[in-house]
Formats: sequence, structure tokens, C-alpha cells
Amino acid sequence: MTLASTPAAVEKFAAAYESHASDSASSPEWLKSLRQQAWSTFSELGLPTKRRGNELWKYTNLQPLAAADFEFGITGTASLDQIKATAPWDDAWNTVVVVDGNFHAELSNLHGTAGLTAGSLVEAIANGTGNVEQQLGSLAGQEDYAFTALSTAFIDDGAYVAIADGTELEHPVQVVFVTSENNASRASYPRLLVDAGANSSVVLIETHVNLAESAQFSAPVVEIFADDGASIRHYRVQMENESSFHLGTTRIAQQGDTDFTSTSFAVGASIARNDIHTLLDAPGASCTLHGLYMTHGAQQQDQEISTTHAKPGCSSDQFYKGILSGKSHAVFSGKVIVKRDAQKSEAGQKDLNLLLSRGAEIDAKPSLEIYADDVVAAHGATAGHVDRDTLFYLQSRGVDEEAAKAILIRGFAEEMLNEFEPEALNEFVEKVTDERIPVLLAESDTIGTA
Amino acid sequence: MLEINNLHASVVDIDDSEILKGIDLKVNKGEVHAIMGPNGSGKSTLANVLMGRPDYEVTDGDVTFNGDSIIELAPDQRAHLGMFLAFQYPAEIPGVRPWQFLKAALDSKAEARGEEKMSVRNFSKLFDEKVEAVGINPTLVKRSLNEGFSGGEKKRNEMLQLEVLQPALAILDETDSGLDVDALRIVAEGVNSMRSPERSFIVVTHYQRLLNYIEPDVVHILVKGKIVKTGGPELALEVEKDGYKTYLDAAAAGANA
Repeated sequence: MTLASTPAAVEKFAAAYESHASDSASSPEWLKSLRQQAWSTFSELGLPTKRRGNELWKYTNLQPLAAADFEFGITGTASLDQIKATAPWDDAWNTVVVVDGNFHAELSNLHGTAGLTAGSLVEAIANGTGNVEQQLGSLAGQEDYAFTALSTAFIDDGAYVAIADGTELEHPVQVVFVTSENNASRASYPRLLVDAGANSSVVLIETHVNLAESAQFSAPVVEIFADDGASIRHYRVQMENESSFHLGTTRIAQQGDTDFTSTSFAVGASIARNDIHTLLDAPGASCTLHGLYMTHGAQQQDQEISTTHAKPGCSSDQFYKGILSGKSHAVFSGKVIVKRDAQKSEAGQKDLNLLLSRGAEIDAKPSLEIYADDVVAAHGATAGHVDRDTLFYLQSRGVDEEAAKAILIRGFAEEMLNEFEPEALNEFVEKVTDERIPVLLAESDTIGTA
Repeated sequence: MLEINNLHASVVDIDDSEILKGIDLKVNKGEVHAIMGPNGSGKSTLANVLMGRPDYEVTDGDVTFNGDSIIELAPDQRAHLGMFLAFQYPAEIPGVRPWQFLKAALDSKAEARGEEKMSVRNFSKLFDEKVEAVGINPTLVKRSLNEGFSGGEKKRNEMLQLEVLQPALAILDETDSGLDVDALRIVAEGVNSMRSPERSFIVVTHYQRLLNYIEPDVVHILVKGKIVKTGGPELALEVEKDGYKTYLDAAAAGANA
């Protein structure tokens, strides 16, 4: 045991764990044992603290989460209209809707597309669909990480998406994780398992939203398996309400000649972490992890991004952009590990931030750990203010100061927004951004400094 | 149209940084004035101070535009009155497209003047016409503003903005720097086609070269923050022949006297 747990934090989840375990007595044995192992891991770890030596949480204080009370197993109603008004939506997409952790067929929009299995995780578990037994919890759940352990201890329902070998899906598949209108403060552990078969191709949109307006705690875990030659274009939209805690984990295992490209759009929650780790486990895999985060008020957004090059000839690119205002805080912790055997690796890592207020703070820690000798790698991080000369240029053309600032902020975000290619998704993130910019500007006080 | 009286200006927050040391200048409607001077004379500062660049502060004197003092106005308010500055080094603005930015500029101006905003359709038509007139590569204006543009393309883009915004007074800050003869001619043609009895220009330049293409009505020589000589187009030719040495010597002698 490396870290002493805060007993209260473990205690807080223990009763819910016991009752969940007894409620799911009919689960297959392998799942029960997975949950038990995970619970024992979590009981040892407890919630992470900022204590010295705990680099992963050095800049993130989870005390507000430890101090809050959440119930598990709360459910409530959500209508399709509410979901369409809250999440990106296109009728052409296959959309799986998960409310309060449970798959809802009546809210989902599934077209029975050939080669695609999309729906309930609990059903896939019960039916032993595909590789669910081998895969579930194998990427996230075996590691010493409190939130994957906690999530795995509570595995129940969620979404399951499998793309058959050789299937190239024409339209995106979206999974919407939404909390219902029920305003009880709940803990939920949304789970998504994606099994992309050999030479398959899919655009996958993962969306996290709330209908509830109260503080929620959500620890979603996404596991993605990309078999040889698979191509996955992933988008992650996180816009939970600003009282909530979102501790998200994504784990990807890539086989040979696979391509995983992900762009995240993170604007929600009070404390949010996007923890994503990709393992490039066979030659010719490439992985692109990009994202835009915007924070204001007292929000905190963490990007905990790591890529491991385990085999030769893989490439990776991490590129994040942040726009911070008010007294908000963001952390970019990027790591690229190139193992000894991973010759001919290419890795890029970049984090650019626009600070709009004196009270905003960015902690950027780009790092490369390279154990191979034939590697091309570059990294960097910047934090800057809106450029005064540029502002003058726009103003000299007649654009007033506020509008000029808005144009510059939008311009900074533009290259990330452009990555959201499906039209309805692009419109969605542009709209959210355009609505968010005046909020950021209202809390801004540093513009005009050189 | 523009009257400058005893204008003194310094760099903000830097002591003893006075650059403009008492400028007097009057530009009437329809006139083209050239301001020439050696490096460090303050000619570029003058152009920027007129447009309200926040790096400078006016410490004495006044500038009026159509009779009203403008020195307290923000740059965008000056633009709304009909002033325009073509930059020596136009800013590169990632993620902002020229079309979008010019529409915002026109909308802002219309709003400030209580006029109706131009429809997107009409603006697009105007924009496309001007792009063709200025001879900018149409694929270029679809990219981010000035990002990756060559020096010549940036200046052409400044001319595009000039054409779209149709100011009453255009100040060109060393628009000729870094341009080859062909680009220079295009810039000059843009300016000449816009010359009218209602529109004035202040052309700031180090070299006489640009004035072969844009014939000024009045030429001023600016040395060490003061206008030391004013004359007709022939003054520019004199400078071309003799350089600024005599003026610099005279200024040095004056300072030592």
C-alpha cells in the first residue's frame, strides 16, 4: 500500500458497494470477482489526496469531493426532447443513451446498422457478447488508480459498442451519458466498452451531460480495443453542470496499423479530469490526442494525458489548448513514454493556454520519457494573454474592444473546433463556445497586457 | 479634415521617451500628404498615434478630425469616424478569417453610426468584388488573417481592407517596406483608384520610390519628432537625390545650439 486512505472516503462508498454487490448476485462469477478485486484496490487507495509525492494530484484538491455526500443507484426520468436539447444530436447517427448509468432503449436511436452492435452493457455481459468477458476491466480496473477501481467495483450497466471486422460505418455512433432530472446528488459510474474489429472504421462520440442541476459525482470509464488495422475517430464532449465532479478515464489498446484520433471538448463540471492513456502495442499504430478546455469561475479542468510507445514505428501527437478566466484552474499533465524497443517512434506534445484573468492558473507539465535511441520527439507548453498589438489591429478596423477580444478568443479555439467534423457535432461545439466566450470575458481582467 | 496642433507623444510608462516633439499638420479633404523621414524620426509613431495605439500617450497638443478632438477616442471609435491605418507589420491572427473580421468591422461601424448592418449576401458580393479588384489570391482570404502570408500578400490584404472599409482618411504606415516593384505598383494602383475629392491620404515612407506611383500634393520631412520642411512633390525628389543628411545635421546643430 503506497498511500494511506482517508478512511471516511472509503467508508462513504462502502455501504453502497455492499448493497450493490448483494443486488447483483445474479452477475456472472467473473464479474463478481472483478468487482471484488477492484473494491479491495479502492479500499486500499481511498480517494487521492494532494499529499507530498503524489504527483498525479499535486495541483488538484479533491477535498470538496471527499467532503460531499452522494447516493448510489438514484434514477429518474429524462425525455428524448430534453436529451436532444442538451447533447449533440443527428438522427442519422446511431445514438446509445445511458441515463443515470442505465441503458435506455426507448431514448436511444439505433438503426440496426450491419456490422454494429450498440446497446446495453449489462445485456452484453449477460449474453456473453463478443469479447466482453476478456475485455471489460482489463484496461481499466487492474491498475492502482482510485477512480477506475471505484468504477469497476460498481460495474453494472452502461454502453457496449462493437464493430465487426472489416465494417466501415458511414455515420457516427454516439454514446450519451446523462443524469436524469432527479436532483439528488448521486454517484454514477458510467461505463463504455468499445470493441473495434480488425480493419473496422468508426466515428465515436462520447457525450457527458446533466439534466440534474445539483452536484453530481461521475467517474466514467471508457475502454477501447482497436484490433489490427482499425481506425477510430473519437470525440469526447464533457459539459456537466458546474457543481459536479467528473473524474473520467479512457484507456485504449491499439494493435498493429491502427489509428486512434481523439478530440476532447471540456467545459463542464466544478472539478473535472480527463485521464486518457493509450498503449501503442504493435508496430504502425498511431494515436492523436487533442482537446480544448475552457474554464471560468472556480472551475478546474485537468488533462491527464499519456501515451506509451511499446513497439517500434508508432507515432503519437498530444495537442491541447486551454482558455482560462475568472479564478479557474487547469492542469495539463502530458506524458509520452517511449520504451526501449520502440525504435523509430515519433511523438509530439503541446499545450497552449490563453489566460484571460490574473486569478486563473495553469499548471502545465509536458514530459517525455524516452528509453529508445532512434526517436523523433518535441514538446512544449505556453501560457499567454490576448496580444495587445493584435487587439489594436482589430480595433483600428472599427471592431470594438469587446468584440475584438471575442474574435481573438474564438480564433484561438478555432483549430480545435474545426476538428469536430460531423456537422451536428461541429455546430454544437461552436454554439457552446460562442455562448461561453462572453462568460469568459465577463471574468477577464488581463487583456491588453503585452 | 485632419488638424494636428503641437502634438507631443511619448511611449507609455517610459520616462524621457518623447518621440513626437510638437507636430503641426493640416490635411484637407481630397489631399494626399507624404511624410518622409529617416529611421527613428517618429514618422511611424505619428501614424500610430493618429490611430490611437495604446503604447503611446499624447502629452501635449491636440488632433482634430472634422473639427472634433479625437485624442481621447479608442481606435475603433476613430475608425468609425472614417480613419484607417494600413500597418507596416499587419498582425497575424490565427483562426480568424479576413471575411469574418471585415464583416465584424463593418457591423461595428454601422452600429456605432446607427446605420443598418449589411446583409451577409450583400457583404459577400462586395467582398468578392474587392478581392478581385485588389488581386488577392481568393484561396488566401479563406485562410487565417495574414497567417503565413508573404510580405506582399499582407500589404495587399491591407489594401483589401481599405477598399472594403472605404475610409475618409487613410494613413499608410510604410506600406512600401518589403515590397517588390510589382507589389508596389499594385498597392499604388489601389490607393490611386480610391483617390477622390472626398478622401484624404497620409503616406508615411522612408523612400521616395512609392511616391513615383502615388503622387502627393504635399510632402513633409520629419526629423527627430518635428516637421522640418514642407513642400510639393519636388521635395521627395530632393530627398531621393541628397538623402536626409542635411536635415539630420541641421537638427543636430539645432539641438546643440
